[in-house]
Amino acid sequence: MTASTRIVSASPHIKQGDSTPTIMWSVVASLVPVVASAIYFFGPSAILVLAASTAGALAPESLLGGRGARSLRDGSAAITGILLGLTLPPGIPLWMAFLGGAFGIGFGKLVFGGLGQNVFNPALLGRAFLQAAFPVAITTWPIRAESWWNLRGDNFALPLMSPSVPEAMTGATPLGLMKFEQMTTPSWDLMLGTTGGSLGETSGLIILICGLYLAARRHLDWRIPASILGSVALFSTLLHGLDAARYPGPVFMLFSGGLMLGAVYMATDMVTSPVTHRGCWIFGAGIGFLVLVIRLWGGLSEGVMYAILLMNALVPFINRATQPRIFGTLGVGGES
Amino acid sequence: MRETTQQEDFLRGIWRENPVLIQMLGLCPALAVTNNVENSLAMGLATLFVLCGSSLLVSLCQRFIPGEIRISAYILIIATFVTVADLSLQALVPDIHKALGAFIALIVVNCMILGRQEAFASKRPVGRALLDALGTGAGFSIALVMLGAVREVLGSGSFLGVSLFGPSYEPWIVMILPPGGFLTLGVLLLGLAWWQERRPDRIEASQRRQAGSQEAIAVAGIATSGRPTPTRGEAG
Repeated sequence: MTASTRIVSASPHIKQGDSTPTIMWSVVASLVPVVASAIYFFGPSAILVLAASTAGALAPESLLGGRGARSLRDGSAAITGILLGLTLPPGIPLWMAFLGGAFGIGFGKLVFGGLGQNVFNPALLGRAFLQAAFPVAITTWPIRAESWWNLRGDNFALPLMSPSVPEAMTGATPLGLMKFEQMTTPSWDLMLGTTGGSLGETSGLIILICGLYLAARRHLDWRIPASILGSVALFSTLLHGLDAARYPGPVFMLFSGGLMLGAVYMATDMVTSPVTHRGCWIFGAGIGFLVLVIRLWGGLSEGVMYAILLMNALVPFINRATQPRIFGTLGVGGES
Repeated sequence: MRETTQQEDFLRGIWRENPVLIQMLGLCPALAVTNNVENSLAMGLATLFVLCGSSLLVSLCQRFIPGEIRISAYILIIATFVTVADLSLQALVPDIHKALGAFIALIVVNCMILGRQEAFASKRPVGRALLDALGTGAGFSIALVMLGAVREVLGSGSFLGVSLFGPSYEPWIVMILPPGGFLTLGVLLLGLAWWQERRPDRIEASQRRQAGSQEAIAVAGIATSGRPTPTRGEAG
């Protein structure tokens, strides 16, 4: 759009400010505090992993995206890369992060026909692939390093080769501690993010603030994070009331693991979430419920990824089932 | 139906009507047991044996099998050869037999085999039925070995049990699990579809190259049968 062409038309006059690139790049901008906190907590490893996963996401997009670099410039592949990087542990070998980004964009987006056509969130698909391919590397969490400058793992493992992991460097996430050792973590640590975990699953408060900014700019539908966090809070309060020793309370459930990142940035992906308001509530409540089911009774300690991917698959059905009544008619689909 | 030559009978199953890659038949074993080359090869050869044996027998007995019960007769014949294959594998290569598990017995219900009996062997002389079975079985084996090779190289870092990348290779565990089968088959079909899509361009290019010689033939007054017929029967 250049300003030189002037179109004269009747009212209403709508100033069109939102386009795909503006929305995408403003999401990228809103990720800056999250990325900064990841770098603060995990040092140079965070920068390396994020750079590798973003490069991995951009590579297939620029090779196969078609029609020049149009799809590169809209920033959606960059978001996928950064979000994928935020779901990875800081010590993961860079070649795995790159592979995950490439798989996410290649098989999560391009095979469906590019931006707007994909069924699943590409970043989560990339992570799901990495989890299935390298289950050990992706669940190796580092403990706090002595110096900020230390690498948090064997980032520079040769491509296709396994990383060397000294035993002393691995720790556990709060969810892992809860599930396998029945240990709880203080809530304040969880909110500030001074715990072990993936790059973006540390500080819940920062992510929440970034989400509020995006919601205020209408770049995400506030109903989705609200319903996810609401249903997690509701169900965990109920269970906590039933058996406080077995089931941790809502604060722990809300601020541990990747729930904040998933609720604010992954589930709200415009392409893979429902288009109707009622659908958004159903979608979010389903994710919250599945997260708790997987965390409490499943084999894995964290279930945000699979919960969102499962609900992504249901989005077409939710959209169809929640079609609003057309104004002036009695039934769905214009039957009068 | 256009009569086919013997060469076509054999080659059709390998490429143009490849059971796995084009007709999408027999996908259960193609996805389930192809986690390494050895298993793929064993499954491919066992299926080839059963296919050849049953095509031979069905073609021989086509006059004696009443139309009403022909399917049950085919199944009995196929099951006989599957039992032979099952017991031979158990005696010769017990490890592979164990790895393939129930999928050897399930060759009986491989629709590719029943399809060849119903569509081809029961209407053709013995020699051609055998050629067709050999071609189809070979095509099936080739597709399985292709899948198995990709999955073993990525999933275990080896080929036929020989390590390719040394001991510190990080295996892609997903590739030897069922999702790896779906992924590999999908990528293979994607590559084939891409290749097929570009085919008209290539045919056009080669025709342009041959244009000169074709004109010469036309001038000489030799009746040509026109353009070569499109070789691929589209799988629905």
